[in-house]
Amino acid sequence: MKKALSFLETTIGKKVVMALSGLVLFGFVIAHMLGNLQVLMGPEVFNAYAIGMHSLPAPIFWGGRAVILIAFVLHVTMALQLVTRTAAARPVPYTKKKNERTTYAALTMKMSGLTLLFFVLYHLAHFTFPGVAMGAYEHLGYTQVYSNFVNGFSIPWVTALYVAAMISLGFHLYHGSFSLFQTLGLVHPKRNHIIKGAAQIVALTVTTGNIILPLSVTFGLVS
Amino acid sequence: MSKTLNLVLHIWRQKNRDSRGGFVRYEISDVSEHSSFLEMLDQLNEQLIARGEEPVAFDHDCREGICGACGMVINGEPHGPQKLTTTCQLHMRKFKSGDELYLEPFRAQAFPVIRDLIVDRAPLDRIVQAGGFIGARTGSAPDANSILVPKENADRAMDAAACIGCGACVAACPNASAMLFTAAKAGHLNLLPQGQPERTARVLNMVSQMDSEGFGHCTNHFECMEACPKGIDVDFIAKLNRDYLRANVESREVNSSDNSAG
Repeated sequence: MKKALSFLETTIGKKVVMALSGLVLFGFVIAHMLGNLQVLMGPEVFNAYAIGMHSLPAPIFWGGRAVILIAFVLHVTMALQLVTRTAAARPVPYTKKKNERTTYAALTMKMSGLTLLFFVLYHLAHFTFPGVAMGAYEHLGYTQVYSNFVNGFSIPWVTALYVAAMISLGFHLYHGSFSLFQTLGLVHPKRNHIIKGAAQIVALTVTTGNIILPLSVTFGLVS
Repeated sequence: MSKTLNLVLHIWRQKNRDSRGGFVRYEISDVSEHSSFLEMLDQLNEQLIARGEEPVAFDHDCREGICGACGMVINGEPHGPQKLTTTCQLHMRKFKSGDELYLEPFRAQAFPVIRDLIVDRAPLDRIVQAGGFIGARTGSAPDANSILVPKENADRAMDAAACIGCGACVAACPNASAMLFTAAKAGHLNLLPQGQPERTARVLNMVSQMDSEGFGHCTNHFECMEACPKGIDVDFIAKLNRDYLRANVESREVNSSDNSAG
């Protein structure tokens, strides 16, 4: 008989990589949100935060970015491999199919993932490597993030795009965070309602927190 | 007199693996509400045979809900609308006269249609052959309590062992994944003392076989659990994930190339 598939060749192996890289990205998203919410505390605090981040020792600053980048690449790669593989698993679709338990978040995981992939690329072009992308504005470098923030979100369709992407993120995080526990085998019938409740609260918090950011410019809280 | 039903059936007819299938509309009347779903199809087939038409092919064996042979998707639900019930144990009183029913085979790349509503579920057998057994000869039943099994483990192993291998989990899964089946078969033996010596090889080989058969991956929709006529819990999938991780860590003690669980 043939040799067993290696860890990364199996769907469970790939999903474990997705779970762990997802966890890293999850942590990043929360830290990113908390960092950026400092914009509500005024230009001095927010600019000092950006300058502080950049003056971190190089191994921490670039090491951190590298970890996030690696997690992102692994997460996307594994997702693409799994999705393309599973696309072939049911060549003839059902004429009638009733779904009785699954959620909107679970069914739209591929769509929300793809949305976030494009959003991240746009977001980097918007603030980190500005001028590349649509929605260009006068960018003054990281020492002036506050004015970049205000200028960047002065364009209504950019704000709309961010809000839509953050709603996608909420759904993605909700299904992703519960799935993480299931994939790593950390669920327990007695704890599942806590995990699900926490997943809902965190997803809602991240979405709300991140939507406040562009809308704070729209409604003149930050100017 | 019991009530009778008149039904409109749209049944998937497909001559063989390679031909294209399609729905054919049938009308059937005077179906007793006490007949089972398969008896209703028997009644239809008798009429088809009398008219000189090909009867509808469907799988069945025990008709007691324990063998796992029957199974079709009835109006989008594997084994039909009644929970924890196989197609053969589904009775026509669950339907109303005038209902229009779509009968489709379990659809998955790994389950090619053999004819009409019959699919080839041999991939599930091969997953069991890869490790879903105890390799050692155990002789006759051991003396009671000669091997101690904690009550909780015995109960949970029994919950998993309830799997009849019908394939409804694959049919219900939006990804056509066989995780619930594999999880039940591996989990059952991994919970018992007799299953311990081979647990690492078992999990590695069964997961490997599952993924070689062209099933999709699990994305935690948990539709499988709703469709399962034996109520196997998705907690066993989490256990399989856990056991698979553990097996990878322990795999140095296993010659995985011999692939037999024994």
